Amino acid sequence: MDIFIAIVQILDSTIRLSVPLLLACLAGLYSERAGVFDIGLEGKMLVGAFAGASAAAVFHSAFIGLGMAILMSVAFAMVHGFASITHRGNQIVSGVAINFIAAGSTIMLGQAWFQQGGRTPALQPGERFEAIVWPGADAVRDVPILGPIYSELISGHSILVYIAFLMVPFTWWVLYRTRFGLRMRAVGENPAAVDTAGISVAWLRYRALICTGILTGIAGAYLSMVQNGGFVKDMTAGKGYIALAALIFAKWRPVNAMFACLLFGFLDAASIRLQGSPLPVIGKVPAQFMQALPYVLTVILLAGFIGKAIPPRAGGVPYVKER
Amino acid sequence: MAQAAIELIGINKSFGAVRANRDINLEVARGTIHGIVGENGAGKSTLMSILYGFYQADSGEIRVGGKPVAINTSNDAIALGIGMVHQHFMLVDNFTVLENVILGAENDPLLKSSIAKARSELDRLEREYGLEVDPDAVIEELPVGLQQRVEILKALYRGAEILILDEPTGVLTPAEADHLFRILKQLKDQGKTIVLITHKLREIMAITDTVSVMRQGTMVATRVTKQTTVGELAELMVGRRVLLRVEKGQSEAGAIKLSVKNLTVKDSRGVTMVDNVSFDVRGGEIVGIAGVAGNGQSELLEAISGIRHAVSGEVMLDGKPIDLTGKADPGELRDRGLAHVPEDRHHVGLVLAFEENENSILGYHDDERYLKGLFLNVDAIMADAKDKIEKYDIRPGNPRLKTANFSGGNQQKIVLAREMEQDPGVLIVGQPTRGVDVGAIEFIHKRLIAMRDQGKAVLVVSVELDEIRSLSDRILVMFAGRVVGERGPEATEGELGLLMAGVEHQEAAE
Ligand SMILES: Nc1ncnc2c1ncn2[C@@H]1O[C@H](COP(=O)(O)OP(=O)(O)OP(=O)(O)O)[C@@H](O)[C@H]1O
Ligand SMILES: [Mg+2]
Repeated sequence: MDIFIAIVQILDSTIRLSVPLLLACLAGLYSERAGVFDIGLEGKMLVGAFAGASAAAVFHSAFIGLGMAILMSVAFAMVHGFASITHRGNQIVSGVAINFIAAGSTIMLGQAWFQQGGRTPALQPGERFEAIVWPGADAVRDVPILGPIYSELISGHSILVYIAFLMVPFTWWVLYRTRFGLRMRAVGENPAAVDTAGISVAWLRYRALICTGILTGIAGAYLSMVQNGGFVKDMTAGKGYIALAALIFAKWRPVNAMFACLLFGFLDAASIRLQGSPLPVIGKVPAQFMQALPYVLTVILLAGFIGKAIPPRAGGVPYVKER
Repeated sequence: MAQAAIELIGINKSFGAVRANRDINLEVARGTIHGIVGENGAGKSTLMSILYGFYQADSGEIRVGGKPVAINTSNDAIALGIGMVHQHFMLVDNFTVLENVILGAENDPLLKSSIAKARSELDRLEREYGLEVDPDAVIEELPVGLQQRVEILKALYRGAEILILDEPTGVLTPAEADHLFRILKQLKDQGKTIVLITHKLREIMAITDTVSVMRQGTMVATRVTKQTTVGELAELMVGRRVLLRVEKGQSEAGAIKLSVKNLTVKDSRGVTMVDNVSFDVRGGEIVGIAGVAGNGQSELLEAISGIRHAVSGEVMLDGKPIDLTGKADPGELRDRGLAHVPEDRHHVGLVLAFEENENSILGYHDDERYLKGLFLNVDAIMADAKDKIEKYDIRPGNPRLKTANFSGGNQQKIVLAREMEQDPGVLIVGQPTRGVDVGAIEFIHKRLIAMRDQGKAVLVVSVELDEIRSLSDRILVMFAGRVVGERGPEATEGELGLLMAGVEHQEAAE
């Protein structure tokens, strides 16, 4: 039974750890499906985390925090759009620039406003998103098997967790069942076809980037207002890049993206859980090795196990009509 | 005279320094088929793309149905009932036919009703015009002929009254082209107006009512088709008299230079594409390989030039074998005197992002003439490029221009100049004049015959029967991977056509 509880606990933290990845990964899906590569997921998440925690602390409202997180992240997405869509700049360069600006400006503003070494004030209850306890969760806790699953895995997460997972079917629906989705997929494959069909390529790509901004904003808010009780510098810690890897791993499909992010989340959860405890056969493993494991596996999986991942064909290339 | 469907008045358009259209006037009458011909780079596609709102004219006026209109985007053009089938298709390759057809013409934020509507509408268009295509097929799995049909359906689905087709037959087999023309005639009978751009003057004579000729960005003449001739049109296009069939003397075949024995080649799916083919090419002769596209000619060429792995058989160059594992060093083959002008100049023959002078030595850049110690000898390369530009009349004559900015015909000349000027003993040419205008065709044919007369062995593969007949001293016909017949240059078109269709082949098999 102990093992079972341990497994449920690992799965529970898998969910918590995969949420920011999942949101960022879906964010990347919108822009990359529209043909705009976005290395700047990391930076936009960071900006969202900072804006969310600051606004929540100042206005004492989690929802104002979330709103600010989304707003600032979308603003950064628009900067990326302005550079790479309107001015046809290099998308990678623009994305990297956004990451640098985000890393630098969050620390600088944080120090200027709150004087806590780049942190934002610790959030009080009401300024954070609290766990939602589902009806009857406490009552069934002791029921074998189903009890812990219901009360630990399903119940007891913040609203953002449920939003993240609902975004998966929603994104699928947008992509494959709506006009916007059809056009977005088309513009990522062949913008000239979209242009000659009488649709504005630039406006379509901007709209996709707005979706990206909203999702990275939520991801950032989750980091600083759910996982953590405030903003800490560089708190995204490479999650934006892992999300990009998951996106490739998922071959740019929403449901695959969910499984990819859950897998990465699981590796992370397992490594935290197993730190310091001896493994069968191998014995005690250094903590550093366990921490590196998710990244090592990412490399191995990406290199060998996913088969051919064909990116959207027009990805990364600015649309130029007249040479 | 019927009312004008379209009037273009004083259209100007420049791309950077290139003036693609200057002061163009054009009037197209309603319910007619209007042809537009002109050399490569004359500005035909540009003019029509302006009418379709893909490019914006720098100045000039457009009238549709007598009313001045502003066409700023393709959307405006579509709303005015103008549809266009582009030279390079504007399709999303991994979408289905249905998805491509509704893209941009969805009637609802959700796809469901649009798809249902398109399905029934496609059904109607199919019955009405014989435009058959599986609505659920994925574009990249369709042959080009059907992809083009999807483009036409796209235009008709949007209610086009004026249909522009930019070189529609370049990619079609003769049978497919015939079908297309039947559809166009039917559309015309229903009162639709059609503008047809093509390099094939025979098609102009067969199907158009009026024809306009463009040269170097200007409109030089408009004629009623019945009152003009192929010769006159060719002359108007190029600005001088053109030989539609190049004169050549008797060949004096010498020793065997290239010998192919029992060659068998499979494609990546394991399908046999070249089936036990044997032939020789002697010095001083041109051997032409005719056949409908896709009957193994491409694979044959690739195997001989050492790019593709051959399952069995052998190829001898000057009596010594060529490595047929597909890993032959092309540099070594070049050193042994084998030059190859590939069928697909964009992907195999040129690096489009390079400057002209770089492409004009590509593959020969290790040659001492172009080196100065470890470095490239830029002066020598430039001088060499200028020399080729002059000799092959490559336009514009600027060796520093990016190769992508040359028109198709001129890109072809860059490849030809590079390979022919190396003075190879054996020259293999795939589709020497695909998408090339009549003036350039004449020039290229003359050069090939000159090579022959110098005693080189020349192997030409082409899907254009006219070209094969006017160039070759011997004609081999390929069908389903086999050489099904050999004829002399006097063979009639009908005779070759039957062989190409595999008729005799089947009779022999039975
Ligand atoms: N998008 C573009 N950017 C820059 N230059 C261009 C562009 N499109 C065409 N040009 C140039 O404009 C000129 C006219 O080109 P256009 O494609 O209209 O010729 P065309 O008559 O259609 O030739 P072809 O028979 O080879 O298709 C050429 O010199 C070409 O290089
Ligand atoms: Mg053209």
